[in-house]
Amino acid sequence: MSEALFSAAKVIGAVAFGLNVAGFLGWVERKQSAVMQDRVGANRAAIFGWRILGLFHPIADALKLLTKEDFIPKKSSRVLFQAAPSISLGFSLACLAALPFGGAVEMGGKVWNFQPIESPFGLVFIMAMLSVGIHGVMMAGYASGSNYALLGGLRGAAQMISYEVCLAAILAAPAFLYGTLDLQEMVLWQTRPLAWGLPAWGIFTQPLAFVLFVTAGAALTKRTPFDLPEGESEIVGYHVEYSGMKFGMFLMTDFIESIVVAGLVTTVFLGGWHMPGLAFQGPAGAVLMLATFALKVFAVLFLLMQIRWSLPRFRFDQLLDLSWKNILPLALLNFLVTAWGVYLWQ
Amino acid sequence: MAVTVRAVSRPARSLRVQIYLWEVWKGLLVTFRHLFVNLCRHLLRGLGLRVVPGAVTIQYPDDPAMLGRRARTRHRLLKRPDGEPRCTACMLCETICPAKCIRITAEESPDVMVEKRAKTFDIDLGLCVFCGYCAEACPVDAIHMDANEVELSVFRRQDMIWSLPELLGDKKKEIAPPA
Repeated sequence: MSEALFSAAKVIGAVAFGLNVAGFLGWVERKQSAVMQDRVGANRAAIFGWRILGLFHPIADALKLLTKEDFIPKKSSRVLFQAAPSISLGFSLACLAALPFGGAVEMGGKVWNFQPIESPFGLVFIMAMLSVGIHGVMMAGYASGSNYALLGGLRGAAQMISYEVCLAAILAAPAFLYGTLDLQEMVLWQTRPLAWGLPAWGIFTQPLAFVLFVTAGAALTKRTPFDLPEGESEIVGYHVEYSGMKFGMFLMTDFIESIVVAGLVTTVFLGGWHMPGLAFQGPAGAVLMLATFALKVFAVLFLLMQIRWSLPRFRFDQLLDLSWKNILPLALLNFLVTAWGVYLWQ
Repeated sequence: MAVTVRAVSRPARSLRVQIYLWEVWKGLLVTFRHLFVNLCRHLLRGLGLRVVPGAVTIQYPDDPAMLGRRARTRHRLLKRPDGEPRCTACMLCETICPAKCIRITAEESPDVMVEKRAKTFDIDLGLCVFCGYCAEACPVDAIHMDANEVELSVFRRQDMIWSLPELLGDKKKEIAPPA
């Protein structure tokens, strides 16, 4: 019984983590960009005169989105139009459930595993969910009955499918090195010492894959410098016909995909919940473990956010060239070298 | 005439530029530097130290607007040392005004040396384009555009019209509340 409750709590916790961090990211996005551009950033939303660095702006945003008119264009295909945001958001949230937020901790004579879905195919599950998430974008573009939305949807489909392939090719190398597709096992593999006091984190054993993955991951989240499907300045994108909370859901999807990518980077390349010199025992250890994982995710998100606000947008042919002509060959090469190394090493 | 062709060579891009990652890193260093320097400045100011502000933002409605020394703002009519308006109702400003926002009616001045003076002098700021021609045209230096006032919104159109005593600063402009 308690195990069923714990499982439910884990899944709810994962979704709550995703949704809350996504809301928080809205604030981070505004403030980080403002500070690095010598601005102040949004700071007007106040409750009883309290502004707290503009932390109430995400709440104001949500209130505004919820109270707006939910507009459905006449030309749209009703069912698909309504379903698209849910598909987009739902499947990106599902990815979160497979991330190992923490390892196994013994508490009260029982072993508690802090990975919501303990599957031997966690990596494949996340890749699959991300792939299904693309359908949300395509559906939104197709069902809106607007040329601009359709263009955005097509761009989104081309971009995300290209980078999906790259992502799989990149992750093949570390998965081969770790000898598993289980995300928890991957973290456990990385806890061994490497050399010079460094842990065997993926960033040290697979540096090329790390760089490629951050690039492809940033492209997968459809945010600047890869925001071609949105392209605010030209076509607005696949969600041009959406209003209110449905638009908000697409916005959330981008943030949650960022969290998923950051979580994957943390799990596969940054040793997940592992930190050399820290032992995780008892309830305090469990909290420490979750905090370590969350901190690493935040660090990666911070980097992604900085990239998003520093680089200009790619042209579409550059984007596809980057994927098919640069990242994919490099990833395959990396995979071959890794496979060869693993063969020699064994 | 023969067609001339000028070959423009493409800029040579080194491998380091083509790889792009190094350039991205250089760009990120710039933004990271701004981020951390500004964060430190915000923090130090939060602690009450007087350092360079972390943002160049002017929080306008809270802080006063900063206007340039030569900014053209609301008109102002000047007075002679004896307290009379300098304006001699020569109509040059009314004539040159491209927006036709100045309306002057003249009258006989009791001062023989002046001959004429403005009986009424109305400027409709709702029409004014703030070109500054009136101040330029004035032969007696009676009108300036340096009241340094930019918050001129009102709730009724007729309140946009500023009369002689208001422009001279003898009377405060009264603005009707929203209807």
